[in-house]
Amino acid sequence: MSDPFLQVRDLKVHFPVRTGGLFVGQYSPLKAVDGVTFDLNPGETLGVVGESGCGKSTLGRAVLQLVGATDGVVSWLGTDLTSLNKKELIAARENLQIVFQDPLASLDPRMTAGDIIAEPLRNYRPTLTKADRRKMVEDMMERVGLLPRMINRYPHEFSGGQCQRIGIARAMILRPRLVICDEPVSALDVSIQAQVVNLLMDLQRDFGLALLFISHDLAIVRHISHRVLVLYLGKVMELADKAALYATPRHPYTQALLSAVPIPDPTKERNKDRVLLTGDLPSPLDPPSGCVFRTRCPRASSVCAETTPMLESAGEGQAVACHHWRD
Amino acid sequence: MTSVLEIDKLFVSFATPDGAVEAVTGVSLSVEAGECLGLVGESGSGKSQTFMAAMGLLADNGTATGHIRLDGINLLSATEKQLNKVRGERIAMIFQDPMTSLTPHMKIGRQLSEVLIEHQGADKETGRRRALEMLDRVHIPEAERRLDMYPHELSGGLRQRVMIAMALMCEPEVIIADEPTTALDVTVQAQILDLLTEVKDNLGAAIVLITHDLGVVAGLADRVAVMYAGRIVEQGTVGDIFATPTHPYTQGLLACTPRLDVETEELVTIAGQPPNLQNLPTGCSFHPRCPHVFDQCKAQRPSLEKMPGGQARACFHAAMGAAE
Ligand SMILES: Nc1ncnc2c1ncn2[C@@H]1O[C@H](COP(=O)(O)OP(=O)(O)O)[C@@H](O)[C@H]1O
Ligand SMILES: Nc1ncnc2c1ncn2[C@@H]1O[C@H](COP(=O)(O)OP(=O)(O)O)[C@@H](O)[C@H]1O
Ligand code: SF4
Ligand SMILES: [Mg+2]
Ligand SMILES: [Mg+2]
Repeated sequence: MSDPFLQVRDLKVHFPVRTGGLFVGQYSPLKAVDGVTFDLNPGETLGVVGESGCGKSTLGRAVLQLVGATDGVVSWLGTDLTSLNKKELIAARENLQIVFQDPLASLDPRMTAGDIIAEPLRNYRPTLTKADRRKMVEDMMERVGLLPRMINRYPHEFSGGQCQRIGIARAMILRPRLVICDEPVSALDVSIQAQVVNLLMDLQRDFGLALLFISHDLAIVRHISHRVLVLYLGKVMELADKAALYATPRHPYTQALLSAVPIPDPTKERNKDRVLLTGDLPSPLDPPSGCVFRTRCPRASSVCAETTPMLESAGEGQAVACHHWRD
Repeated sequence: MTSVLEIDKLFVSFATPDGAVEAVTGVSLSVEAGECLGLVGESGSGKSQTFMAAMGLLADNGTATGHIRLDGINLLSATEKQLNKVRGERIAMIFQDPMTSLTPHMKIGRQLSEVLIEHQGADKETGRRRALEMLDRVHIPEAERRLDMYPHELSGGLRQRVMIAMALMCEPEVIIADEPTTALDVTVQAQILDLLTEVKDNLGAAIVLITHDLGVVAGLADRVAVMYAGRIVEQGTVGDIFATPTHPYTQGLLACTPRLDVETEELVTIAGQPPNLQNLPTGCSFHPRCPHVFDQCKAQRPSLEKMPGGQARACFHAAMGAAE
């Protein structure tokens, strides 16, 4: 067994949401994340996929404890982050960073690129001299492909791709061990997406970084991940090594997601087999009984409505939660 | 082969405090009945404005010159009255965000029937009956019940279906779908693309599909035009564009798109970023990012020229297939 790095066990995030009438203060739990378990190792990328509203962002935020867990454990280097007080948590976060989707919106428009990137240094390395800090920022800018002479520019003076590089530089400046990337390239054009994905993979190689890479884009996730976790209504449908997941997806939801991705090849795209899903995601306030996927599942049977399928092994490095994955 | 909609040397420019911005530069395009033309390119390349000009929907600071013909009528010199008739009745648009075209406080049924009442003088009852038929046609479950719902009560996918139903109400000759699935999840996107394929096959309308997603184009388009910095840089049949892209930008776009069907070691990138329209590079606008750039590219602007097989490209570099 390797040393524990990140271990997430039966993590639940339930938001109390006002239901009932306007004046009937009635609250129901919205189960955004509902019993998620996984490990992440140094230097590894775990892709997290699923339709919007499946709980991907909430999961990422709960790992950093930016949103509190309702139940379960987030163990970081052996310490349960959910049990820490605020001060201890801030200390732990030195090694845990996050990069968001919307590059411009996630940067303070009144701060220069240099100040944005330096901010974690001010908080965590207050004794650094100004000159040392500037040197570190310039080195990091260079490392992520920004011109150090742009250090005094403001976010609006950068393109979307460059803003994302600023966000990555800020996340990397403390040399964290884990970075949560929440749809980091979704707002970017393809040519720029590829640049940013390559940058993240380079940084991972150079720093032994672990990445939790959240995305709705299964093609990018295939490219960047070592393992992939498929979420549906807050629950893990499948968790598998990249090769197994893409070659032999076992869960009907994974199969449907994969078959829906358009392939940039007219012959393949027009002749491929498809598992068409009907309808939309059900309300997470009122999830289906048994298997949460059953209302859209082409293989659902009566047992699916009665019993929640457990995540079980479906071969080397592949686990699936479905009663009928063998069929 | 007769084109329904023909765009000829279209220029669109916007007046801004920093001077004029030329968003569309000499674009010529056409679509035939029953055909789907895919228009691809990165954001800001001028895809939307090309067709906003056709619809007379440019922002106040925008002006268009050139010709946009819908059998005989030049839309650029049409009166507002003529344009009103064309919009909705002969050319319909479907946008990325259906909420921009749906009225929030009006029931679905009424929004759909108003189109017929306004354009064809239909009575209320006919309007409602046709609205119901149309919702059925775009496969909206429980269509009858949806007639009395408001847009916000529907999911994103259903709203996009309503948008398509609305576009189809007057059986238009041309449908312009501008990033119709960009805001949707892949699962719902697949449903909407199936619906658009059905519309194309069954209604014989000409479809212009504007998208940044090459996969979407591969599934639906018959012909493809690739835009870069306001110009068309390559055009051809969907088969040719994907099998033998000849413009370095098209080649780059295809190479940097991560794909599910092939395992890639390292993603190819296109260096740099799209140019600022107000400060375009000299010569070929793509030259600062082009792997094949040579002196002529910096000095002269290549024009779009047809090659023997029918594919057209704007590039000085010797044409060669993707296989090279
Ligand atoms: N602060 C919150 N309060 C209530 N519900 C929330 C909150 N944040 C997220 N949700 C809900 O939790 C579910 C999962 O959301 P999210 O994690 O953002 O999904 P994803 O990132 O996969 O799109 C959604 O139904 C969303 O509406
Ligand atoms: N009202 C406007 N004023 C100034 N520039 C505009 C205006 N509308 C669009 N543009 C510019 O025109 C260019 C082309 O825009 P657009 O056709 O929307 O691109 P695409 O659809 O390819 O993403 C962009 O650079 C955009 O900033
Ligand atoms: S458990 Fe049943 S409903 Fe759920 S995915 Fe498997 S077959 Fe479908
Ligand atoms: Mg999210
Ligand atoms: Mg556009």
